[in-house]
Amino acid sequence: MSDATLTRQTAGDLAALLQAGEVSSVDVTQAHLDRIRDVDGAVHAFLHVSDAEALATARAVDARRATGERLHGLAGVPIAVKDIVVTKGQPTTAGSRILEGWVPPYDATLVERLRAAGLPILGKTNLDEFAMGSSTEHSGYGPTRNPWDLDRIPGGSGGGSAAAVAAYEAPLAIGTDTGGSIRQPAAVTGTVGVKPTYGGVSRYGLIALASSLDQAGPVSRTVLDSALLHEVIGGHDPRDSTSLPEPLPDVVRAAHHGDVAGLRVGVVRELTGDGYQSGVRASFEAAVALLAEAGAEIVDVSCPSFDYALAAYYLILPAEASSNLAKFDGMRFGLRVEPAEGPITAERVMAATRGAGFGDEAKRRIILGTYALSAGYYDAYYGSAQKVRTLIQRDFAAAFAKADVLVSPTAPTTAFRLGEKLADPLAMYLNDVATIPANLAGIPGMSLPSGLSDDGLPVGFQILAPARADDRLYRVGGVLEAALIERWGGPVLSAAPELEVTTR
Amino acid sequence: MTATTHDLLGYEDAIARFDPVIGLEVHVELGTRSKMFCPSGTEFGAEPNSLVSPVSLGLPGALPVVNRTAVEYAIRIGLALDCQIAQTCRFARKNYFYPDVPKNFQTSQYDEPIAYDGHLDVELDDGDVFRVEIERAHMEEDAGKNTHVGGRTGRIHGAEYSLVDYNRAGIPLVEIVTRPVVGTGERAPEVARAYVQSLRELFRTLGVSEARMERGNVRADVNVSLRPSPEAPLGTRTETKNVNSFRSVERAVRYEIRRQATILASGGSILQETRHWHEDSGTTSPGRVKSDAEDYRYFPEPDLVPISPSREWVEEIRAGLPERPGARRRRLQEDWGFTDAEMRDAVNAGAAELIEATVAAGAPPAAARKWWLGELLRTANARGVDLGGLGVTPAQIGQLQVLVDSGRINDKLARQVLEGVLAGEGDPEAVVLSRGLEVVSDDAALLEAVDAALASQPDVAEKIRSGRIQAAGAIVGAVMKATRGQADAARVRELVLERVGA
Repeated sequence: MSDATLTRQTAGDLAALLQAGEVSSVDVTQAHLDRIRDVDGAVHAFLHVSDAEALATARAVDARRATGERLHGLAGVPIAVKDIVVTKGQPTTAGSRILEGWVPPYDATLVERLRAAGLPILGKTNLDEFAMGSSTEHSGYGPTRNPWDLDRIPGGSGGGSAAAVAAYEAPLAIGTDTGGSIRQPAAVTGTVGVKPTYGGVSRYGLIALASSLDQAGPVSRTVLDSALLHEVIGGHDPRDSTSLPEPLPDVVRAAHHGDVAGLRVGVVRELTGDGYQSGVRASFEAAVALLAEAGAEIVDVSCPSFDYALAAYYLILPAEASSNLAKFDGMRFGLRVEPAEGPITAERVMAATRGAGFGDEAKRRIILGTYALSAGYYDAYYGSAQKVRTLIQRDFAAAFAKADVLVSPTAPTTAFRLGEKLADPLAMYLNDVATIPANLAGIPGMSLPSGLSDDGLPVGFQILAPARADDRLYRVGGVLEAALIERWGGPVLSAAPELEVTTR
Repeated sequence: MTATTHDLLGYEDAIARFDPVIGLEVHVELGTRSKMFCPSGTEFGAEPNSLVSPVSLGLPGALPVVNRTAVEYAIRIGLALDCQIAQTCRFARKNYFYPDVPKNFQTSQYDEPIAYDGHLDVELDDGDVFRVEIERAHMEEDAGKNTHVGGRTGRIHGAEYSLVDYNRAGIPLVEIVTRPVVGTGERAPEVARAYVQSLRELFRTLGVSEARMERGNVRADVNVSLRPSPEAPLGTRTETKNVNSFRSVERAVRYEIRRQATILASGGSILQETRHWHEDSGTTSPGRVKSDAEDYRYFPEPDLVPISPSREWVEEIRAGLPERPGARRRRLQEDWGFTDAEMRDAVNAGAAELIEATVAAGAPPAAARKWWLGELLRTANARGVDLGGLGVTPAQIGQLQVLVDSGRINDKLARQVLEGVLAGEGDPEAVVLSRGLEVVSDDAALLEAVDAALASQPDVAEKIRSGRIQAAGAIVGAVMKATRGQADAARVRELVLERVGA
C-alpha cells in the first residue's frame, strides 16, 4: 500500500490492516513521518518530530505482533501529542519560549497509556502559548496554518493537533480543551474533537492552564476514531484527585450504535442567531434537520446565564493561570535569563526570565488573574465568576431535563485569516463563546464537521451531553456523520484542497 | 540592626506599665512516611534533593494527591485540642515567589481549616493550669530548605550563592493557631514556653510527630502586643518568626515585651511587622513590615477535591486517642501518691513513663522514683544522655527493687548491682550471681567473721562488754568490710552483742 493511501486511512481502518498483518506499524509510521516531512514545512503543525522513537515503538509492536502476542486494538497506529502534555525524554514546551529546552523526566498518565497500548508517538504539536488562544498565533514558535487555506488559522489553542490530523500527518492526536481548544480547532479544520467530562481523562502530566477547566481528549478524522482513542486515555487515575472514580461509558459501542430515534436533541437558543456567520447557521440548521430525519426529537432550550459565561471564564481562567504559571521562574527548569545589569538575585532572575520567556497573551492573562485574585477584589471578580459558574451548571441541569443532548455551532465563524484578530483580544475571545459553557460546567462536548459554509470552509457542529454521559456524544455524532457522508458521498474533509509537497 | 538589651526598660517595669497579650502559631512536621501530596519519602538527613518527585519539585504537569495519614494525624491533633472537626474543608493556594517554594505557591488551608475552636490546658512550673484557647489547626506543606553560602551571617544578604534542598518541600505540617492569650500578666513568657512544651508532649503522646526541636520538627511564631491595661483594646502586635526552642520562646516574649514597652513608654508606636529572633543576643530585629504585607492571593486549590472526613472516621480516631498528657499525669500522681513537686520533677526529667513501667515491673512508686531521679539521673547527666539513653530498662529497675525488698541484697549492694547493669553486665539477677553480691544470711559464716573482728579488736570488745553498746558499730563495720558488704548489718549487730554477752 502506498504512503498516500496509508495516510488517508482512518485509525480504525489502520488498526484492522495492522491486525490482519496486511501492513506493518513501521510502514504506517514511516508513511506519516514522510507526510510530515512533505507538508509540515507549510502547515507547521509540529514543534518536535520524534522519528527515531516513533519507529522504535513501531518496530517493537511489529515484533510483538509477529510472536502472536495479543496487542491493544490500536497498537501500531501512530499519534501526535499536543506539546502541553509531558513526554519523558521528548521536549515539551507548552508553546512557550520559557520552556525551551526542557525535557521532562516523566510521562503524563495519558502518555503512559498511549505507550502501554503501543501507539508510536510521532511528535509534539503546536499550540498557543500555554493553550492561551484560539488561533495558534500565540505560539512562541510561530503559528500553525490551516490545511484548508494556508493563510487562515487552524483554530486554537490546539491548532497543531487539528491541522496535523486534517493534513493527514497523523490519524490521531491528543488535544486539551480549557474553553474550546479541542473543539474549535476541529470545527475550523473539518475534523472531530472531543472534550470528555471533567475528570474523565487524567490531568496528571498536562501542563496546567486553568486546573478546574482543563481536560484532555481525542482529535481525529472520524467519530469512531475519537471513541477508540478516548477509550485508551480515559478512566480513573489515582494521581489526579479530580479524576472520576467510575469507569468510562462504552463510547466505542455508542459510536457504532447508529440510531437516534426518540432521542431528544435540544437546540440552545443562546448559542445560535446573532453573531453567528450565516453560512455557519445554514450548515448547523441542515445538520439539525438531518438528525430530525433520523428520528431525533428536536426541542428548543434556553440557557440564559450563558450570556455571562465568557466574562466568568475570563476571570476564572486567568486567576488559576496566574498561579499555575508562577512556577516558570528560571529556577529549576527551562529558560533562565539573568538581568543584563545590576545584581543577580533570585527575584531579579525570576523577573528577567518571565519577562523574556512569556509572550504577550500569557502576560496579559497573568496580569488579569493576579488582579482578579488580589485582596479586596477577590469577591467581586473570582467570587462572582464562581457564582456565574453555578448558574451555568443550573442552566445545563434544566436543559438536560428537557433534552438528552444539546447542540449548537461549535464556533461563530469559519477559519479567519492569520493576523485578523491578533490586535483585538476581545474579538479573539469571542471565538469560544459556544464552547466555554461546557468547561465551566464540566460536561462533555464534541465537535464534528457539519459541512461547508458559503465561503467553502468547514463548519463545526457541537454536541453537549450531561457529565459522565460521554457515550451520548458518540451516539449522536456517529449518526450525523453517517448521514453527512451519505449526503456528500464522502467525508467533509475530502473537500479540502491538496497540499503542495514542499519537503521541509 | 540588632538591638541590645541594656537600653531597654526592665521586665518588671514593663509589666508594671503594660498588659501583655501573646499569640502563638506552632508548626509541627507530621511523622508520616510520605509527603503531604506525593509519595516522596520524609527521612531526616537524607542526601539533598534525593526525596523528591515531579510533585514535590513542582514540575510542570504534576498534580497533588492528599496523604490520608496526614489528614488522620491532623484530626488526631484537632481532637486532642478539643477542637471541632470540619464536616468538609478545602486546601487553598497561598501565592508568593520564593525559591524554596517549588510551585511558587504553598498549598495550605486558608478559610476552611480541618479543626477549629479548641483549647489546651497548660501546666505552669508551679502547677497552676492556664487554659489557652485554640482558634484553628490547619494542614499545609513545608517549604524546601535554603542554605546561603559565602556570606558572613548565613543569611541571604551578602551570600555569594544559595543552595536549595527540596527534601523538606512537601512534608506535611499542621499549624496550630491560638486566639489572643490574655490574662497571663507577668507570666506571659512562661505561659508561651509551657504552651509549646505541652504541645510537643501532646504530639509525642499522639504519635503524630517525633517533635524533635533540634530538627525543626516544631517551630513557633510568637506574637506579642502590649496594652495599657487589661480593659484596653488589643495593641499593635509583632510576629517573631521561627523561634525554635522552649527557652527561646520564653526569651523572645520577654524581649518583645521589654522592647515594645520601651517604645510605648517613650510615646512611640509599634510597627506591625514580622521580626527575626537572634538566639545569640537574645534579641529580635525587623523583618517584613506587615502593613504593606504581601497579598497572597489565596484561592481554593482547584487541583484537590474538598476533604470531607466522615463522622464515623472521626469518631473512630477519637476512640483511638491515647490518654492526654495532663489527664494522664494527674491520674499517675494520684496513683503513686507523689507530691506536686515530685511529680513535676519526674515529668521534667522525662521519667514519668519510666517510673510507670518500673511500677508495672513490681517496684513501689517511691522506690521507682528514687532510682530514676537519683542514681540514674546523676549517671545520665554525667554521660550527657537522657534517661532513655542509659540502656537500662524499667524491667531491670523493677527487678532490682524486688531483690532489695526480698532482702537478698541491701541498698549498698543494690548500687553495685546497678553499676553492673549500667556497665552492660546483664539483668540485676545475673549481676548478683556473676559478682557474688548476695547478702550473707548464713549465721555460721557471719559468726566466724564476728569472732575474727572481736579477736582483732579486744579493746573494743571490752568496751561493749562494759556496756558501751554503741561501740559495737566498729565491729559491725569490720564484719561488713570483711564480707564485702554482703552481710545483713542488723543481723551482724545482733550476733556481736550475743557473742560478747552484752
